[in-house]
Amino acid sequence: MTDGEGRTEERVGFLTRVWRSIVRGPVVPRDDRDRKWIVVNNLILHLRPLQLPAKTLRYTHTFGLGGMSLVLFLLLAATGILLMFVYEPTPERAYGSILTLQNEVLFGKLVRSIHHWSANFLIAIVALHLLRVYFTGGYVAPRQFNWVIGLFLLFCVLASNFTGYLMPWDQLSYWAITISTSMIGYVPLAGDWLQRVVRGGPEIGSATLINFYTLHTTIIPVTLVLLMAWHFWRVRKAHGVVVPRGADEEPDEKPERVLTLPNLLLREFVVATVLVAFVMVFSVFVNAPLDEAANPGMSPNPAKAPWYFVGIQELLLHVHPLFAVLIVPLLVAVALFLIPYLRYEKDTSGIFLMSREGRRSAAIAAAAALVVTPVYILIDEWWIDFGGWLPGLAPVIGNGLLPAAIGAAALLTFYAFIKKRFAVANNEAIQASFVFLAVAFTILTVTGVWFRGSGMALVWPWNL
Amino acid sequence: MTDRETLKADTESPSSRRRFIWGLWLGLGGVALLEYAWLIADFLRPRKKLADAVEAIVVAGPVERFEPDSVTPFPQGKFYLARLEDGGFLALSRECTHLGCTVPWIADEGRFVCPCHSSAFDIRGDVIDPPAPRALDYYAVRIENKIVKVDVSRPIKRPAFDWDQVTRV
Repeated sequence: MTDGEGRTEERVGFLTRVWRSIVRGPVVPRDDRDRKWIVVNNLILHLRPLQLPAKTLRYTHTFGLGGMSLVLFLLLAATGILLMFVYEPTPERAYGSILTLQNEVLFGKLVRSIHHWSANFLIAIVALHLLRVYFTGGYVAPRQFNWVIGLFLLFCVLASNFTGYLMPWDQLSYWAITISTSMIGYVPLAGDWLQRVVRGGPEIGSATLINFYTLHTTIIPVTLVLLMAWHFWRVRKAHGVVVPRGADEEPDEKPERVLTLPNLLLREFVVATVLVAFVMVFSVFVNAPLDEAANPGMSPNPAKAPWYFVGIQELLLHVHPLFAVLIVPLLVAVALFLIPYLRYEKDTSGIFLMSREGRRSAAIAAAAALVVTPVYILIDEWWIDFGGWLPGLAPVIGNGLLPAAIGAAALLTFYAFIKKRFAVANNEAIQASFVFLAVAFTILTVTGVWFRGSGMALVWPWNL
Repeated sequence: MTDRETLKADTESPSSRRRFIWGLWLGLGGVALLEYAWLIADFLRPRKKLADAVEAIVVAGPVERFEPDSVTPFPQGKFYLARLEDGGFLALSRECTHLGCTVPWIADEGRFVCPCHSSAFDIRGDVIDPPAPRALDYYAVRIENKIVKVDVSRPIKRPAFDWDQVTRV
């Protein structure tokens, strides 16, 4: 017998024929041709580029953050499925089933801790991944739309964490979700309706829990898997991640390429192994928090949103809810989506922080935000009172539009200042504004988490 | 013409009848998509509670049990019954109008203080301290045979306190 290429096929046994029907090529590669064959013909590996620029392999270029996000997602999926075998999504049984999980199920506490900590690390890692892509110019063509997909992935990760927060039905989750869903009510016109849809009724109850449970365990994970596949595939279509270059180097049109297998996959495997070990050890020593069972009659004092929303909650203490929960986050989201589509005066893709001027102006922006944000928080706490000074003004203007306009004017002035004094092109000034906002938001979050005590008054962390 | 030639001709320059039928199929696909979108939207719409239509009455007690200028909590009804200085009754929702935390009554200070963002309300539910944007919601109060009854089926929103909201004996 001969096949199409004229080779003689030896007579083989049944199992061998079944095996060959499943794996139609080499398993252990002998040469580069085999390695390419494996990457192209494997359902999962074919999402990756076949070969990639050698320079992009440097660990400090990407820090493996994208790969880490995938590993954490897989850990979350695995532990999440285990949790679903024990968890009961009703207000009557939810807290009890968590207690059962922790006290009666072997490794129950550990599995819950791995799930909890992986979810929290995931938020931090995807945020760092966004910063890495921004600061290495990874959003420039042809990678523009992959930045957009990345933003949708970020929103899905936030939504996933947020919906998961309600699951234990303890005081922590009940009040965090009360606060966060009440924020929705401030959306003009559609607010009440939206809030009812999210809560599944006028107040938080069994309908809310089952809504969040379905979103958390089905809709969001499926969306994440689809978006991730798209995200990775577009990296392949762009021939790997952006190629790093020095501030004075021209973009390398024909960078030296190496094979994905083994060069990239081996490095990813090392990062994944170290990360899994770290999460495991961390979860063994630090348990996921669990408060008392939810009590709708008593808000804890202070009642805080989950830490990744505490920045917005801190903003709520300073400006009108319409601005804190809708207008400011919406403007920031629009700005994030616009980043790859703005008109830049020069191509800085691959250069860390754009240029020497970029590095200097980014440092100035970070320093400015480090000073301005705490100072604003303090003087707003003890001195600014637009409502009291201008009693005739509606709160939405006095406490909302006015501070927002002042903030916007300050940012524009800062942009113009950087552009004039430190920047070569508009690139550096835009980057400086980005850095300013990122650092300011970080400080708002840190303030909310560590410097807000009883009644949300300012306190030192050791008096919390 | 063979089948293959027909197909090729259709793909390259489809007749207007063919084009019409393709359009029809596409349109039908769109209709099917809309049907399912409608079905999903209706399926997910928050269910109306049957109690919404019916009045849910909490019997608070006889009038003389409540001192003027006092606040009595009713945890089951999720409200506070405030009796104002002039003897009028006001049933205040315990939900802060800022972000929905439960506000405790601080009797010493004579005010409700929200633990979440330190909004404060007076005995009438009016805002003393922001960030709360409006006065506490209230429930309709009825007095029958000197018994105070509160209809907790629906909180009533208001920008600020008004004497019309008070029920007198």
